[in-house]
Amino acid sequence: MQYFTENKWTQFVALLAVFFALVITIDPATGGNLWRLQETIFWALPDVVNDFLKFLINDFWVVETYDPDLDLTEETTMMKQVTRAMSGIVLFFINLIREVLLGGIKTIVVFTSWDFISDNEWARIPALPWPALAAGAFLLGHYLGGRNLSLLAGLSTIYIAVFGQWTPAMETLSFVLVAVPISFLLGLTLGVAAFKNKSFESVLAPLLNVAQSMPHFSYLIPVVVFFGIGDHAGAISTVIFATPPMIRLTILGLKKVSPEVLEAGMMSGCNSRQLMFRVLIPTARHDILIGVNQVIMQCLAMAVIASFIGATGLGYDLLVALNMLKIGQALELGVSIVLIAVVLDKLSLSWANKKTDYFADLPFHLRHKYSLTFFAIVVCTSIIAFMVSAMLPEQANYFYFIHESQGFTTEKFWDFIVDWIITNAYHSLQSFNLFMITSVLMPMKEAYLSMPVAATLVLVAGTGYIVGGLRSALVTTGFIAFIALTPWWDRALITAYMTTFAVIVSVIIGCSVGVLCARSPLATKVILLVCDTFQTFPSFVYLIPVIMLFGVSDLSVLIAVIVYATIPATRYTVEGLSNVPETLQEAGSMSGVNRLQRLLKIELPLAFPHIMLGINQTVIFALFMVIIGAFIGTDDLGQLIMKSLSESNGMGQGIILGLCVAFIGLTVDHLIHTWAQERKKILGIT
Amino acid sequence: MSTLDQPVIKCDSVYKIFGDNAAKILQQSGGKVDTASLLEAGCVIGVNNASFEVKKGEMLVVMGLSGSGKSTLLRCISRLLDTTAGNIFIDGEDLLAMSDQELIKVRRNKMGMVFQSFALLPHKTVLENIAFPLQVKGMSTSDSIIRAMEMVALVDLTGRENYFPRQLSGGQQQRVGIARSLAVEPDIWFLDEPFSALDPLIRREMQDEFLRLQNSLNKTILFVTHDFDEAIRLADRIAIMKDGVIEQIDTPANIVLNPATEYVAKFTHDVPRERVLTCETIMDEYDPSAQMSELTVFKDAIIQTVAEAVLTEQKSVAVTDAQGHIVGALNCATIIHVLFGNANTMPVNN
Repeated sequence: MQYFTENKWTQFVALLAVFFALVITIDPATGGNLWRLQETIFWALPDVVNDFLKFLINDFWVVETYDPDLDLTEETTMMKQVTRAMSGIVLFFINLIREVLLGGIKTIVVFTSWDFISDNEWARIPALPWPALAAGAFLLGHYLGGRNLSLLAGLSTIYIAVFGQWTPAMETLSFVLVAVPISFLLGLTLGVAAFKNKSFESVLAPLLNVAQSMPHFSYLIPVVVFFGIGDHAGAISTVIFATPPMIRLTILGLKKVSPEVLEAGMMSGCNSRQLMFRVLIPTARHDILIGVNQVIMQCLAMAVIASFIGATGLGYDLLVALNMLKIGQALELGVSIVLIAVVLDKLSLSWANKKTDYFADLPFHLRHKYSLTFFAIVVCTSIIAFMVSAMLPEQANYFYFIHESQGFTTEKFWDFIVDWIITNAYHSLQSFNLFMITSVLMPMKEAYLSMPVAATLVLVAGTGYIVGGLRSALVTTGFIAFIALTPWWDRALITAYMTTFAVIVSVIIGCSVGVLCARSPLATKVILLVCDTFQTFPSFVYLIPVIMLFGVSDLSVLIAVIVYATIPATRYTVEGLSNVPETLQEAGSMSGVNRLQRLLKIELPLAFPHIMLGINQTVIFALFMVIIGAFIGTDDLGQLIMKSLSESNGMGQGIILGLCVAFIGLTVDHLIHTWAQERKKILGIT
Repeated sequence: MSTLDQPVIKCDSVYKIFGDNAAKILQQSGGKVDTASLLEAGCVIGVNNASFEVKKGEMLVVMGLSGSGKSTLLRCISRLLDTTAGNIFIDGEDLLAMSDQELIKVRRNKMGMVFQSFALLPHKTVLENIAFPLQVKGMSTSDSIIRAMEMVALVDLTGRENYFPRQLSGGQQQRVGIARSLAVEPDIWFLDEPFSALDPLIRREMQDEFLRLQNSLNKTILFVTHDFDEAIRLADRIAIMKDGVIEQIDTPANIVLNPATEYVAKFTHDVPRERVLTCETIMDEYDPSAQMSELTVFKDAIIQTVAEAVLTEQKSVAVTDAQGHIVGALNCATIIHVLFGNANTMPVNN
């Protein structure tokens, strides 16, 4: 008996026995509530949420407003006023940046009126010629990070221009340049507030957990209802999505600041503001920068998803291209998004690490050489552009703007490759596809669907109890029971099956690659760089090559998911293995271990908790990607979320569905974190 | 307010008690500290009834092993920690009664502190780190940089002012820490185990450097260390702490010669006498009729520094005070006994 209470593996085997016994004994036809929970009052929850939000926006806190255009006094609600004002501000800034880059009149309209514009032909902001901006990118790169960054930034800009993606790319850029600073400031402010106030932090923490594991799509519906459709709605949903990681990393960074540095600041006579802005935040800047980095990546990932609710730009074009199966075009657009992501990421990093020189006593023109050069270039390129337009009025002016139809393109080449693959490899790919679907995926899906709800709950509760005691059992059962109470249990099982499959494959690949790469320092460096690069790709980009190869099927979704989710598995394995203390390695060597023994007896056990955290990330990544996969066509929760986008009462449904997905993720997250923490404590690793 | 012989730092029954219910228990007992009942309630006593004064220009070294409460005491006096009970006066002003504004003002003008792990700001260069307290005070960038450059020269880091802390060795980083703490020209200098994180050779070098600085600056110093040799080497007075209690507070010589408790005696046991004792402590009475050597020694001189000279003389050596008056005589036998004799039977003058 004592053996049983102390040995977790025996407990787990017993749990599995109970689970299978339940699976066998509960009959679908007669099982009733044990098989699937019947409809309860709980099914009305989506409608309740929906009605509540509708009430908030339509009937709560009615105020009277005066509309000067119509000369009418209207009744409206406070919520509408607030959201309208927010939309207006965000839209103004997006348009301002957009019109500096692309030209336009909307910004001027804000200060005057449409009549003024139609009366005055000259009243418009002229677009910057693209060579001016490319030169600007070179200069900025050079100013912040030297030659390499200069080349990266400049060439990326040229690529975008030459491939005829100037307009969508600048639209995306304007949207990102508004969303990133807002998310950054919001995240920093909330993070600092949580750091200063413990009770605020304890309220914020669970909200962040849920917010970070809700799929992107489920944010879109409420945003549409509250803010309407368009670029501002896209930007706002992006901010909502990109802020939580920023908050989290701010708190983490601030907590890591050594108490002595804090004391040094206090003894230097800092007041609380100086302490925060001149000591704490700069010292925590490493983690805060990772936060900025995350924000930029989230913003670009959202660039595609936000186009579902009217954000224009590369994301929208990519969506259209994917819909029309124009793989070549999608690929070029995907590359543009990735380039913008990488360039912004690197520029922001270098900016944060920039040094100041106190001794250079330079004359005005040298101190401002970058801005002066940029100004000169803007003038020169504008003159050239103007002259070319004047001389060749009928022809396209490549010095000013390259239209989509005039751009260089490799589309034909990619289409040819796809054609070639389809003609030559169609049968082998198709038979692989068929084999996977009929012999692996379908049986697995059926197995998941044949689990009675009672058995699943027992399994989850038992696992929770074994891993983390009563508290964990209650938390995890609570999450899963919530899903079971909704009408979408079967859908959730399908999501779970796809995620499980992807996670298993990802973990096998990721851990093997990680173990192999951790052997040599060079390979470690290379693989971490590869992981970094792949992580910058917005999740949607992963769908392009798989559709190219496998067409539209469950398998393509899964392959995209696997590629995406393998990144964290690999990264954490490599990190975990290379963080095994040197002294233990030496102790192993002196005990005479061979390579395999070293791996199995020393490295893996010590790295295991960290690898488990990687697997946790893998699960979250996989879950997100499975939901995004709904875009290609799956029949899980994701598809329902997509569907609720277009339904009139979809708001409540979308949120509850999002919560279901979040709760799957949080269950796994809770179990793995609890386990890893326990394990790390035993091993004495922090 | 402040007079010449007023202590710069004055602690009066200072207590620091950690624990959630410490404040409650204290309130119940009406401010009277009953250590037994506090310990029973699960509180940890950091500083237990510390009372002492530090005079202007004096260096008090607080010595104790880890967990003895020495850093806690230092943090109470710099008010990085809130004192549970007792009073602390800085230049006669009640430190604990100060508002946040006043405290910031005192720190900006009167206090400097050096930390064990250097605590440099990682995003600032050497120069920016040193200029930081000045800029926080509101000094302009160019003025603060000029002053910081002087400090860089003072701690011998010229040529490295644009390095980041991570590019410096431990010793160099601590030089930056020292320069930063001195930049505002404080009256009171707190040093919290400043050399503990350094290698022995570097530590020695930094101690010499520190003594050189102190000789020219003459600050009032509270220096915390766990290294008894360091304490002996640097201190005007040493306070030895154990479990939050100051076991003994006295000059190095008196601590070595008359350890107040067994605990203190454990530390003093292995200390070479000749490195601590002054001539005055072991001299015999001056007998004007005796034949004396030509050589004279100053009464405050450490034995180690005069031993060889005295031993090469055949006769007794006269001990003089600051005015040159003879106050005693030192004979070879006593010095030999100090150098080689049994420590427990040491004949000393108190």
